Parts: sequence; C-alpha cells; structure tokens
Amino acid sequence: MALLKEPDLGTPAKPGPATVSVEVDGHPVTVPEGTSVMRAAALSGIDIPKLCATDSLDAFGSCRLCLVEIAGRPSTPASCTTPVTDGMRVRIQTPRLEKLRQGVMELYISDHPLDCLTCSANGDCELQDMSGVVGLRQVRYGYEGENHLDLDKDTSNPYFDFDPSKCIACSRCVRACGEVQGTFALTIEGRGFESKVSAGAGELFLDSECVSCGACVQACPTATLQEKSVVDLGMPNRTVLTTCAYCGVGCSFKAELRGDELVRMVPYKDGGANEGHSCVKGRFAFGYATHPERVTTPMVRDSIDDEWREVDWDTAISHVARRFRELQDTYGQGAIGGITSSRCTNEEVYVVQKMVRAAFGNNNVDTCARVCHSPTGYGLKQTFGTSAGTQDFRSVAQADVIVVIGANPTDAHPVFASRMKRRLREGAKLIVADPRRIDLVRSAHIEASHHLQLTPGTNVAVVNAMAHVVVTEGLTDESFVADRCEDFDAWSEFIAREENSPEAIEAITGVPAAELRDAARLYATGGNAAIYYGLGVTEHSQGSTMVMGMANLAMATGNIGREGVGVNPLRGQNNVQGSCDMGSFPHELSGYRHVSDDAVREVFETLWQRPIVAEPGLRIPNMFDSALDGSFRGLFVQGEDIAQSDPNTSHVTEALRALDLLVVQDLFLNETAKFAHVFLPGTSFLEKDGTFTNAERRINRVRPVMPPKTGKHEWEVPGEIARAMGYEMSYKHPREIMAEIASVTPTFAGVSFEKLDKLGSVQWPCNDAAPEGTPTMHVDAFVRGKGKFVPTPFVATTERSSRKFPLLLTTGRILSQYNVGAQTRRTANVTWHPEDVLELHPHDAEERGIGDGDEVTLASRVGRTRLRALLSDRMPVGVVYTTFHHPDTGANVVTTENSDWATNCPEYKVTAVQVGKGVTR
Amino acid sequence: MTTMSPVMRMAHDISAQFRHLSLGEAADVIADHMRKFWDPRMRAQLVADVEQAGIHCDSHVAAAARLLRSGGG
Ligand code: SF4
Ligand code: SF4
Ligand code: SF4
Ligand code: FES
Repeated sequence: MALLKEPDLGTPAKPGPATVSVEVDGHPVTVPEGTSVMRAAALSGIDIPKLCATDSLDAFGSCRLCLVEIAGRPSTPASCTTPVTDGMRVRIQTPRLEKLRQGVMELYISDHPLDCLTCSANGDCELQDMSGVVGLRQVRYGYEGENHLDLDKDTSNPYFDFDPSKCIACSRCVRACGEVQGTFALTIEGRGFESKVSAGAGELFLDSECVSCGACVQACPTATLQEKSVVDLGMPNRTVLTTCAYCGVGCSFKAELRGDELVRMVPYKDGGANEGHSCVKGRFAFGYATHPERVTTPMVRDSIDDEWREVDWDTAISHVARRFRELQDTYGQGAIGGITSSRCTNEEVYVVQKMVRAAFGNNNVDTCARVCHSPTGYGLKQTFGTSAGTQDFRSVAQADVIVVIGANPTDAHPVFASRMKRRLREGAKLIVADPRRIDLVRSAHIEASHHLQLTPGTNVAVVNAMAHVVVTEGLTDESFVADRCEDFDAWSEFIAREENSPEAIEAITGVPAAELRDAARLYATGGNAAIYYGLGVTEHSQGSTMVMGMANLAMATGNIGREGVGVNPLRGQNNVQGSCDMGSFPHELSGYRHVSDDAVREVFETLWQRPIVAEPGLRIPNMFDSALDGSFRGLFVQGEDIAQSDPNTSHVTEALRALDLLVVQDLFLNETAKFAHVFLPGTSFLEKDGTFTNAERRINRVRPVMPPKTGKHEWEVPGEIARAMGYEMSYKHPREIMAEIASVTPTFAGVSFEKLDKLGSVQWPCNDAAPEGTPTMHVDAFVRGKGKFVPTPFVATTERSSRKFPLLLTTGRILSQYNVGAQTRRTANVTWHPEDVLELHPHDAEERGIGDGDEVTLASRVGRTRLRALLSDRMPVGVVYTTFHHPDTGANVVTTENSDWATNCPEYKVTAVQVGKGVTR
Repeated sequence: MTTMSPVMRMAHDISAQFRHLSLGEAADVIADHMRKFWDPRMRAQLVADVEQAGIHCDSHVAAAARLLRSGGG
C-alpha cells in the first residue's frame, strides 16, 4: 500500500458512550464526556492546526496554535485542553483566529532553520505542514537576534539523532518518554526562550537513562529527533503492516519502505497489543535480516568435520528425505523427529509438526517452548483447562493489585511493561516476587509495595504461603469457589497446614513472614488482582507446580474471569503461544488435544490420510538422551539454536554429535549448525507471510516486506521433504495452511487470513461462539468446566548450594538483546550489551577478592565459563545472575540437566556455582 | 553427581511430587503421568531399570513401574 498516515485526532479518546453534542463550524458531532474540542472537531472531519498535541499524549496546551472561538466566551481557548460541553458551538476559521495562528507560527519559524528542502523530515514535518495550513506568508523577524540555530547535534544513539537547532520545545518527546514509555529520561531545561530538551542532566542520549524505545522520535513533530535510517535513505513512500518477530508482546508495526528498501519500523496505533508503542528491538533492530553473515543457499556435508558444499534446493531436499528414510528403515519409525521454532509463523510450525506426524509417522515433535513455557501448558491445562493467559494486555489498566513473579517485563516485555507502569503510576499496587531487585521494584514514579526477595527455587513455598494466609485468615472468595471450582476442600485442608504458613517457610525462602502475610492480604483484598509471570516461574524443578499454585491462589480469591485479574504468562519469543497451539508438543495435536484421544486423531487421520500414533513421542531432552542411547538418529531443527539455548551444553553437543543426520534450518550458521549435516536457509520475518500469536492469544498477521532471500518460502520446505519421503503434502499459499488449521482446531475455527486482514487481529478462541475472538477467558465457566484446585506440596530442588558450589546462579535476559542473540548481536543493539556479565553482590565479590569489571570464572558441577563481573546490590548475597545472549560466554555450559518434573523444562533458574577471580581451570 | 539413568532420574523427580499421597494413589498418578507424557521407549527403559535396581529402587517409582508393566507400558 501507499505510505499509511494514521489520523491524529490530537488528544486521547475518552472512555464511555457518546453523550455530549457540539457543533464545529456548523458540523454537529456527539462525543464521550471529557473529549477535547480538538478531538471532537477532528471526529467531525475538521482538523484544527496543532503542534504540541498528538493523540497518544495528554494535552499540554503550550503551542497556542489550536486556538478556537466558542460562542458566548470572549477568549480564544486552546482546543486541545478545553473539554466539550453539551450544546457548545465552536468556530475554527475566523479572521481573528487566522491572524493569531499566523503570529504563533511566525515566532516558531523565525527560530527554525529554513532548510526544508534538504531536511530529512521534508514531507513528514508538522511544522512545515502547519505553516502551510495557517497560511504563513512572511516572517518579519530575522535570524539576527538570539536563536538556537548553532546548537550541536547529538548523534550518540546508534539509531536516531537529536538536532536541537530544529527543536520547537513542544515537549512531545518529554511527555512521550514519561506517559507512553514510562522512563522519564527527558526534561525541558530552562524557561521561555532558554527552554531546551535534555536527556538527563545535559547528558548525551546514549549516556542517559534512555532505553532507545523511539517513542520520542515518533512523537517529535519536526526533524529534531529523527531516525538515522531516514537521514541516510530518505523518506519512505510505502507501508506494509506486519508484526514484530522478537518477544511475546507481538507489537504491530508499519514497515515503511522507500521502493524496496526498508527505511524504518513505526509501531501501529491500531495494533491491539501495542497501540502505537514499541521497544528498541522491534523498532530499530531489524538489520540482521540483511546481515552479510546470512546464509541463503542450502548446504550439505557428509560429516561435521567436512567443509560445507553449496547445493540447490532439490538436491538438499532429496538428500534429507533419503537419509531420513534410510534411518527409519534401519532403526525404526521412531528414530527421527523434528523441533519447531517459536520464531516461525503458525503456518510454518504447523507444517513441520504435520511432516513429523504424517510423513515421519511418529510423534517425535517438540518445540523450543519446552525450555521456557511448557510448565504453563501443563499447569494451566490441569487447573483451568487450557494453556493460555487469561487476559488481554489491555486488562492491566483495570488491575488494582499487580503481582509480578519471576518476570522482568521492563527488559523482556518492554511494551507491556510500559502499560503496566502507566497503571502503577495511576495508583495500582505492586508486589514483586524475584530474587533480584528488578527495575520495577523501584523506578521513576513507581515503588513496589512488597518485594518478596525469595531464594531461587522456593517459588512454590511462597505461593503456598500466600494461599495459606488467604485460607486461614478468611479471605477466600467463597461464592466464586462454590460456584466455579472443584476440589477446594482437599486443597484447602492441605494449604491450611502449618507447614505452609509464612512463618514455617521463612527460613527456606528468606522472605520475612510478616511481609509475605501483608502481600497475601493485599492480593486478596486490594480489588482486582492480576498475576503476571515469566520464566522465573517455569524454569524450575517445580515449574508446573508453581503454575498450578498461582492458579489456585487466583481461584481462591476469585481473581479470574473478568478484566483486571487473571494469571498471565509473559511469553518469551514472539510465537511461543502459537507454536504450542499448533500441536508442536509430542503428546498433543493442535489446540492442546492429547494424541490418545481417538476422536481427535480421527479428525486428522481423515484429513491427512495417514494413521496418527496414539502414544506420545520424545520431548527435546528425551531426544538428546535417546540420541546418546542410540535409538534416535535423525533430527530436523527449525530456527532454534539448541546448542546454545539448551542447558548443560556438553550433554547437548554430545547428543548432537551422536546423530547420523542433523538438519538445521536457520538464518545463520549458528552453534547448532556446527553439528549439522544439512543446512537449509530460513527466512526472516521480513520475508514471511503468515501469522504469529502473542502472549495474549492474539493472532496477528506477518506480511512480507521483501521476497525470500533464499528463493523459497519456509512453509514450502517441510511439504517438499514430506513429498520426497512419499507423503503428498502441498499448499499454494499460507492462507491454505491457516484454513486447514481452522478446520481441525475448534479454538481456531473462525480464523482466516481474510478475517485477520479485516479485523487486524483476533484472540483465540475464535469460532462460532466468539466470531471476533475472546479477550478474556473463563468468564462464565472455565474451559474445563469447573476450575480445579490441585494441591501443590513444595519439594526442594536437588540442586543445592554446597561447600564446593556455595552460590546459586539464576539467568535472564536484558532489554537490548534477545534470547541467544543471533539476531540482536547482528545489529547496533550490541552498543548496549557487548558481552554477558555476571552480576553479584559486593559482599560475595569482596569475599572472593573480585572487583567490578574483573574477569571471573563461573563453575558448576557440569562445566565452567568466563565472564566479567558486575558488582550489584540488586542481587541478594549468595545469588549471582547472568544472561545467555552471547555464545562466547555460553552460560548454559554451567546449567544442569535438572528439569521440571512434569514437562522436562530445564531448571535454568537454579544452578549451584562457584565464582573465582581470574581464569582458572 | 548423579549416576541414575535419565528416565530413573525423571521418575524420581515425578515421584517426589506425590509423597503426600498413599503409595497406591501415588503409583496410579505417576504411571498415568508417564503414559500421558513419556514415549513408550522411555517407559520400557524405566521398567527395565527398575527391575535391575531390584530392592534398591525407590518404592513409589517401583510401584509405578509395576503398573506400567502390567498395563502394557
Ligand atoms: S527513546 Fe524512549 S526512552 Fe529514550 S528518550 Fe526517547 S522516549 Fe525516552
Ligand atoms: S525534540 Fe521534537 S518533540 Fe521534543 S520538544 Fe523538540 S520539537 Fe518537540
Ligand atoms: S520486542 Fe516485544 S515489546 Fe519490543 S517491539 Fe517487539 S514485540 Fe514489541
Ligand atoms: S496543540 Fe493545543 S496548545 Fe498546542
């Protein structure tokens, strides 16, 4: 499409029904109470000139360009800050107003460089537009007087420039940073003529608190804050609407191109997940797609010690098919399998699991969600009946108490964090349960009511103790429990036992009993209470138990089934939800239906014309174990770097070495590809055509910005392998794949590309009962009927600190990098995170003679690695922390084979370690 | 540190979660879990490992393995 310019109605929408009727230059319009005159006018089709107002920010009223006349009032008020009243008659075009506006514009322009024709924002500058709109014809004041034209440019940020000579001090950037992003990095220093925008105390952008989200750049009406890519490449001239491929927030973007070149990504205001906001990754870090290290030709080799040989697609595919069949002929049908990727589209994932089940004839398919949110699948299915977050993101605006457990949204889910912070600034209370003092605990205008700084591995003890307080202090929502749930009595008898009291667990968890009691009371009595959690919940030996523990707590207090409440997993990768929905687990077909269910299998068998095995297949860790015992010989890996992302690297690489055929499909020759025999080039999100499903079950369209650099769509490849193996499977377009998904999956029955293109997005379940999707789940009944209380005894992990390994390591991620870093390391985001570091408490550092920035050795019982130390009192004594974005550090060299009892999700969050100064052996 | 086979280790992790149930109830739940989530070759391996461990095997794991064996894995 041509360049999409979204309408800007000047001030934000007000909630409620349209009840106030006004007349703007004779045009009648009816709007909700509290709507500004400016917005009402825009809704009636008349744009009032403006500079400091934009509809993503509260009105500010500083530029005075939007003056209007109102019948019965002598003054000329600013329309952006004046709310409508019933019967109001507004005039916009009068000679008096015209003159006033021209005067305002003249002042602005007299202190603005008149290089419009060569300015990077030419054609996309509101100052330029407004000069035209108000009919400015002359500027009487020259540049002789004092002006700002000589101010220096700040080019420190790798993605955008700040040219203060073009600044009109409208403060939109400052307000965007505060209101939208919630970082408050910018201020207007000085007053009147002296006023100027500043990042922190006169710092460069790069050295300030700025997290490079770009909200200020987007809000700036001039070229003062401008993307470097626009400066370099020029203004874009067409738009493709698509979805970010990084985290599970799933932000919608306008990919803006100049011809075929992607110039910039601008978050889309109509995006259900992000409503016009984004973070540094989605907005700026897309350069990896065209990085020179991308491999775009298939390659094969006989042994992993050989050099790669480039081959054409047909050769590669027939080689893969022949070798897979040979392995099955020799070692049995179950000797091969596949792994799907949460970075791929639903359609791409679906065809891989179909290739495994129908063409391979087994259920050896798993997904990288195994190592992140598989316990969510298990825990929420047991208690609520399906594996899905209960709310949409918007719901957080109705929460009164927000509980964040084992998640660090400001780094890992930044756009959702901005929504959450907005609600917290409005007064919602915050409880954080995390060993580490994450930013949310204390940041600009936010302070957690309770930070439960628990010892890693004791989540279940903490959530049980919270439930204990609820049950024993009479805080249970009895009518909700009686009407909506089952098995409460047995559970409440269990949870009320003394062993679950805050006092009894204090010594294990390190959380003061009184603090925990207060937190539980706040959760139960503070109004709408919503739980948001991340991998700090799931990646434990009791990850699934903890998910059930949180579900129990929410049910006991009636915090399920309406806006503002719920139990919400914050998914790591963009399509974790979708890849799980698509039947990527070895025990489940699409829509979370067990393979042993005859009726479900029959649906697929009829359509696919192949029998489906009724027994579960191997999960990823079981594939590794079976590779080592010789019963599993061939693996197809779609877009996942298991050698870097999975725990206990030496065990994983040993298993990969043991395979006779490893096929890797990816953008880059990643760590896993070192062990591969066939490399099939994958496509980036900019080349994909399909759908992603975000953490709120929202199915968004991903649209191609460029043709596949590999000459083949990724969804075509599994079909071609299957065909070469003798199973007919082909589609002409991904829309046909979605049509098949909808035909076999009741929760997707109403989903189609056509509907998504029309509505923008839908949240599943989307079917006849909910044709436009389901923002909030379990409203009148749980998916499984009654919500089920499940007793969750705390069982300590076997991974304990010892004399040899006295510290506990926990892992996480940071804002600018993403997962194993394959993408973000190939962008300017490395500016912020050139290497993984080990955070440790100054006390632990001092005991070991370690100083800030020293190189240290990190060792566990399974391996050792080197890192640089970062002293930080965010960590409690005895706990250290690192990220796993860089292969050089290979944090997973030290993580162990321990895993969640129910799902085998690795216990990344607890490893007993020792840290020593210097590089030791 | 651990010399148990992977399936034995996993079986112990599962059975540790059901100590609050009687041996019979726990065995049912554990065996049911394994039928739902374990590839048949893993269940067969467990049955073999339990047999080999004999009396040294954890009682919950052994009871679950007995059910797997009698139920045809
Ligand atoms: S990029 Fe984002 S964080 Fe940085 S100053 Fe602009 S709005 Fe604030
Ligand atoms: S930098 Fe842009 S948004 Fe900020 S005050 Fe200046 S002109 Fe306004
Ligand atoms: S990484 Fe996540 S929060 Fe950032 S733009 Fe992409 S989807 Fe949005
Ligand atoms: S737009 Fe209303 S005062 Fe600036």
